[in-house]
Amino acid sequence: MTATTADARPPELRLPKRRGVELSLLTGAVIISVYGYTAVGLARSGAVPPDVLGYGAGLGLLSLLAHLAVRFRAPYADPLLLPIAVLLNGLGLVLIYRLDLETPKDQAATTQLVWSTLGVAFFIAVVVLLRDHRVLQRYAYLSVATALVLMIVPIFFPAVNGAKIWIRAGGLSFQPGEFAKILLAVFFAAYLAANRNALAYTGRRIWKLQLPTGRVLGPIVAIWLISVGVLVLERDLGTSLLFFGLFVIMLYVATGRTGWIAVGLLLAAAGAFVVGSFEPHVHSRVEDWLNPFATIEAGQGPSQLAQSLFAFAAGGMLGTGLGLGHSVLIGFAAKSDFILATAGEELGLAGLTAVFLLYALLVARGYRAGLALRDPFGRLLAVGLASILALQVFVIAGGVTGLIPLTGMAMPFLAQGGSSVVTNWIIVALLIRVSDVARTPRPGQAEGDVIAPVVEEDAPDPGRLGGAGR
Amino acid sequence: MIRCIRRAAAFCLLLLVALLVNAARIQLFEASSLDDNPANRRNTIARYDQARGDILVGDEPVTGSEDTGEQLAHERTYRHGPLYAPVTGYASQTYGTSLLENAEDDVLNGTASVLAPLPLWGDITRSRQPGGNVVTTVKASVQRAAYEGLAGRRGAAVALDPATGAILALVSSPSYDPQRLSGTGPSVTGAWAELNAAASRPMLNRAIRQTYPPGSAFKIVTAAAALDAGVVTDPDAATDTPSPYVLPGTTTTLPDEARGCEEASLAEAIRVSCNTVMAHLGVQVGLDGMLEAAGRFGFNDDGLRIPSGVSRSNFDSDMSDDQLAQSSIGQFDTTATPLQMAMVASAVANGGELRRPHLVDRITDHDGRTVRREGSDEYREAMEPSTARQLQRMMVDVVENGTGTRAAIDGVRVGGKTGTAQHGVDNTGTPYAWFISWAQDPGSGDPAVAVAVVVEDAAAKRADVSGGGNAAPIARAVMEAALGGAE
Repeated sequence: MTATTADARPPELRLPKRRGVELSLLTGAVIISVYGYTAVGLARSGAVPPDVLGYGAGLGLLSLLAHLAVRFRAPYADPLLLPIAVLLNGLGLVLIYRLDLETPKDQAATTQLVWSTLGVAFFIAVVVLLRDHRVLQRYAYLSVATALVLMIVPIFFPAVNGAKIWIRAGGLSFQPGEFAKILLAVFFAAYLAANRNALAYTGRRIWKLQLPTGRVLGPIVAIWLISVGVLVLERDLGTSLLFFGLFVIMLYVATGRTGWIAVGLLLAAAGAFVVGSFEPHVHSRVEDWLNPFATIEAGQGPSQLAQSLFAFAAGGMLGTGLGLGHSVLIGFAAKSDFILATAGEELGLAGLTAVFLLYALLVARGYRAGLALRDPFGRLLAVGLASILALQVFVIAGGVTGLIPLTGMAMPFLAQGGSSVVTNWIIVALLIRVSDVARTPRPGQAEGDVIAPVVEEDAPDPGRLGGAGR
Repeated sequence: MIRCIRRAAAFCLLLLVALLVNAARIQLFEASSLDDNPANRRNTIARYDQARGDILVGDEPVTGSEDTGEQLAHERTYRHGPLYAPVTGYASQTYGTSLLENAEDDVLNGTASVLAPLPLWGDITRSRQPGGNVVTTVKASVQRAAYEGLAGRRGAAVALDPATGAILALVSSPSYDPQRLSGTGPSVTGAWAELNAAASRPMLNRAIRQTYPPGSAFKIVTAAAALDAGVVTDPDAATDTPSPYVLPGTTTTLPDEARGCEEASLAEAIRVSCNTVMAHLGVQVGLDGMLEAAGRFGFNDDGLRIPSGVSRSNFDSDMSDDQLAQSSIGQFDTTATPLQMAMVASAVANGGELRRPHLVDRITDHDGRTVRREGSDEYREAMEPSTARQLQRMMVDVVENGTGTRAAIDGVRVGGKTGTAQHGVDNTGTPYAWFISWAQDPGSGDPAVAVAVVVEDAAAKRADVSGGGNAAPIARAVMEAALGGAE
């Protein structure tokens, strides 16, 4: 099961590692990004951008280094994860570069490229240095302590655009809350893995809900409440929603209790109603969501959400083409929160669907690694990390398309934002690591890269055993 | 745990489906209504993305287009802005368009179907061709003569070609430079506010959008009605009109400023501008006859377009006889645009046949190929040809021996009629000075130009205002320019 016992494997058994597939997909991802970059230049000035070779070479070099790290340190990792990340990051750079052309005073693409490089560096570092994800389990409490410190520190820094979620030092600013996502997922996974039986089978039973004892449930609820409380103080509602969803999903997966989902949904609905009704900042966003054209009717011009909807509508089925849309009309946050509108306008529903499917594939691959793993911590970690991506994409994409009220969050890889890019690269690195473990053949196992879940090591299904302890 | 992970994954799939369905809703099903939302600037940006076509006077464009490199790329520029503002109007990124810029907007911005090589297909795809040009009927020399004649005084001047209805000059004074409204930003909003607040109302197109009491200039209409109706058979025969004349059904007397109006003939009444004779003739023609005659000249037509809309000139349809008497000399509720009065002169000059006034000669595409030509349509038969000949003679007499001598041009046959219109409460306002006229080169068979000038000069002394004194010299300058250009 572990890497050390793999040495006992018969040498003649060759297992598919799919590194060649990964390399060709990476080549495709880089080519698509360079093509997009060229398309923007041709559309805007009728000429190929002068730095297109630099961009292509840079992206290619980063991809190659990341690929080499995976090839030598995580040879059995899922071959789809890295190419998807490179493609999304490359597309994000194209979109930011394209929006930079409209805002000469606010250039972001170069900074984003620097942060992306840093993100890939972190990716390589994690893949190379972290030989086994289970090591993280030991640092659960250190993780949560760091997460809380990171989240609390921005309170002492001035607010930016109404939210106190940034730390500014020198010319750089970053959002510690982004990093806290990973640390919190690690802590949840470790704690729930260690205590899941106690959570599932002890304590009093109220109606259909098996309520765990306070001693077991207490710490994790406390951590979660502190996190969300801090975020509400900082007005980072998107992230607090994300943490809430993450907590509920991981609790459900760990305990198998559907009741948790119900409780979670009830709490979320109640919380959303209370916050939406009484917190003015949120209240206005809910109002805006319910009637995005109210400001137009009031003669105050279109709201950001209305502008975003206009942009999506202008894209239609096939889009206006890269560089030919007017999503810059959205104004503030067009490169960060609303970058998806540019994708929607210039790539159309077809391109937007492709982007959504890329995210879906990334999430699905994370879940698949979770299914294939046998240690509960690894499973919970994989599910947690994949869920972070899924929830984040849903909350921000749902927000800018008017499906749910808008909460400021960064579209993973696409949006301008250094901490976000770095964090997402670390998430992908961790998924690479767990997928490598999940797909590494175990001794005596038949050839094949799909590893069937091994039930005997897992907890007995609580649904079938009727809540009996082990 | 396996089952829970699968369920969590299914939940994520559900979120994905929700996103896709919602995106399809916005991008496909609600797209057109969102595109057409007036707050959506994309249509505006597309509109200004290309240079606007030009408005031409003769061969010279009087407009231009400048690429500012801003979001709304092309801004309108104007050459001789104030001179041609009553013709072109403005094309503002902030305030929209007016006059020709408005009436021919689809040509100028390239969406007109006549510009598309495949019109039906163009309508379907809503494609945009390079902007077409609008060639006006205006003659630069005539326009300039009228503009300089008014010299910034409040008023208007219109010159028509009687044979075609082509508008040779359309001047409103004081004017403004439409370029001040072209772009966006505080300078434009400031200019807009200033122009709208100005007491002289420079953006008012007095030539086609302002009506004035026509005063004695209207007597031409009354004379035409009397001759056509047979009330007067011999213009030189004495009429049985006392001076002063007691308005029918009242004890109010209508005086004459001119002498010799007692039982004066129609010709004499026109020459020296007798109120009494014309008021009496109007009553003799009767309300129905007068209404019909005025209507044949274009009064009470609220659908006249040149192609910009022209304000309705009014002749009341329900009046007592004393009101009819006053209306017959262009007072009471009778009002007319300067264009309307130019049409009156034009009808006389053209032998009674009134051509439809028009400002656009032809539409060309971006490369200058004509894609549409405006016809010279008959508008109405304003009077009998014999009536027109008699009126021509009477109007010539006005210029040669009557109130309009200052409009005379050496060696040219000129006919005219003065007007000094009372207005204001109890007629206390400074009167409007009118002059309508036409001119005919000796060598040609038909008059070449018909003109109407109105001057509302609040600064002048009340007693000094007269159609013959204030308006006739301007009309003469305009006619000279028109005749000079014809040679």
